[in-house]
Amino acid sequence: MSKNLFDKIWDLHTVKTLPTGQTQLFIGLHLIHEVTSPQAFAMLRERGLSVLRPDRTFATVDHIVPTDDQARPYSDDLAEKMMQALEKNTEENDIEFFNLESGMQGIVHVIGPELGLTQPGMTIACGDSHTSTHGAFGAIGFGVGTTQIRDILATQTMALSKPKVRKLQFNGTLSAGVTSKDLILYLISKLGVNGGIGFAYEYAGPAIEALDMEARMSICNMSIEGGARVGYINPDQTTYDYLEGRQYVPKGEAFDKAVAFWKSMASDGDSEYDEIMTFDAGDIEPMVTWGINPGQAVGVSQSLPELANCSDDERATAAMAYEHMGFTPGQPMAGAKIDVAFIGSCTNGRISDLRAAAVVAKGRRVAPGVRAFVVPGSMQVAIQAREEGLDKIFEEAGFQWRRAGCSMCLAMNPDKLQGRELSASSSNRNFIGRQGSPTGRTLLMSPAMVAAAAIAGKVVDVRTL
Amino acid sequence: MTTELQRRQVTGTGIPVPGNDIDTDRIIPARFMKCVTFEGLEQYVFYDVRFDAEGQPKTHPFNEARYQKGSVLIVNKNFGCGSSREHAPQALVRFGMRAVIGESFAEIFAGNCTALGIPAVTASAQDIAALMEVVEKAPSTAITLDLDAKTATFSDLSIAIDLPESSRQSLVEGAWDTTAQLLDKKAIAGAAGRIPYMTWSV
Ligand code: SF4
Repeated sequence: MSKNLFDKIWDLHTVKTLPTGQTQLFIGLHLIHEVTSPQAFAMLRERGLSVLRPDRTFATVDHIVPTDDQARPYSDDLAEKMMQALEKNTEENDIEFFNLESGMQGIVHVIGPELGLTQPGMTIACGDSHTSTHGAFGAIGFGVGTTQIRDILATQTMALSKPKVRKLQFNGTLSAGVTSKDLILYLISKLGVNGGIGFAYEYAGPAIEALDMEARMSICNMSIEGGARVGYINPDQTTYDYLEGRQYVPKGEAFDKAVAFWKSMASDGDSEYDEIMTFDAGDIEPMVTWGINPGQAVGVSQSLPELANCSDDERATAAMAYEHMGFTPGQPMAGAKIDVAFIGSCTNGRISDLRAAAVVAKGRRVAPGVRAFVVPGSMQVAIQAREEGLDKIFEEAGFQWRRAGCSMCLAMNPDKLQGRELSASSSNRNFIGRQGSPTGRTLLMSPAMVAAAAIAGKVVDVRTL
Repeated sequence: MTTELQRRQVTGTGIPVPGNDIDTDRIIPARFMKCVTFEGLEQYVFYDVRFDAEGQPKTHPFNEARYQKGSVLIVNKNFGCGSSREHAPQALVRFGMRAVIGESFAEIFAGNCTALGIPAVTASAQDIAALMEVVEKAPSTAITLDLDAKTATFSDLSIAIDLPESSRQSLVEGAWDTTAQLLDKKAIAGAAGRIPYMTWSV
């Protein structure tokens, strides 16, 4: 007996091996949102199937909600239609829906943990690739497609092939002003955007253990940007303390029992892995992406890579990135002038992210000509932020304080880049067109770095502000 | 007996879309996912690289007359990275794609393809380059993917292809429509009963 957490959870949830060799895996928690679920409900209806375990499925609305005027019907007809479909599907199937009236609405990967739905030892699935976020709790979270949503709705299981497990050991400590967002951007810049294909990532080591839950979530969240569908961190006292008292977490004696189970699911000290890689957290500085995928990132003090120094694989994408971004190889990362600053998303839209950005914004002003937004990840985050007066700090500094949703992370709502605007963003993807304008440009960084860029009007090292 | 669902062989002409790391936002921009069905998505496949801001066509293989009959998409590395949106393979399938061959795929994308009965198979960089070259010169070249032999044949060439064995099996046996195989309620209830948190109440 010396199993890692991934193997333990996999084995515990295995229903059977299918004739194709895949595993039928039981899903303990299924989260749904408005974009990827309506087609799945339609397929169920076509086949005359019903939802097997409505008690294990929870819904929220996040991608399409406007963050300014939320009065119904939404001004965008298509958004209104999607909202109505989700209302109908959850009602007909007896699924709990954290809608705007519930006061619990928010980005699916923010509210799962916030409500205590996300717990160690679980299998979690959602029709959204950032389901890896929930791994921060020592769960295994899979992003799935709509066909698999159908399968999970109908059977509470899905067919999967078991990935390999790679342990990423981070020794040392992060320097002051360097965040978990920088750590994950650093990792992806080292291993590449497809470095994790076929793997589940276990993030471990003192630098990881020292992080609070929200910082851990930012790391697991972006596992998928590094090609790994699943990323997790073993549960520990930090995890249990975060969960205690939350709505869906067992209380009293039952909580102690839960903790005992959670502890039993953590990787054994001598567990085996398919691969182990070691890094020193002290090597990491604030990171900024300069290109069109999250692997194209450098430290803020560095210059952009010369094409000649790129590997053969990377060169064509790098050349395309330079063309799209309008940057020049060798130019320093710091100093790039921005037009938009966006603080939010399931990567960095939690209370600690807003606090970190507010520290930078306090008593300063957003540079003239920069549009700056703060979009809390959930209604609960918004309430907490208001209690702490963060909304005032942001507004006084010239940021727009918005309502909860995905917003400019993928711009399915009215928040979008215009033309070639350059955006400093705390989100997770800098793909061409991601922020709503086909020619728009995105620089990914930590929330504090985004706030600093908003104030300076250009990319700066937040530590020098 | 072969059933309609079995995918032992797929034959068609090719349509090359070169480039590494072509993400799902490029395959189908998010603004076209404001829909409650997948119908009509074919119009928006690769939209922002196919059309300019005024909706005028740009140079892109999906706009070229000579590739309009193509049903085997040929790509390079890490195709389909990014989001889990099934809208991406749905848009490709609805445009007429029946198979994808490339150097490598993002995992969720490849899984989504299999779930739609679309083989996503890999081949070496060299072989992909050769295949792209042949198709560019002679777009009407028939390409046959044989999932039993794990080969792709075109002109007088035959190259090795690969895909996860479970995907291969499910395509060959016509078992890629997974729901039916998962519906064993007794086994599911049994598994649920073994999982401690399934019995907790809050
Ligand atoms: S915040 Fe962005 S990445 Fe996260 S769920 Fe929303 S759209 Fe997806």
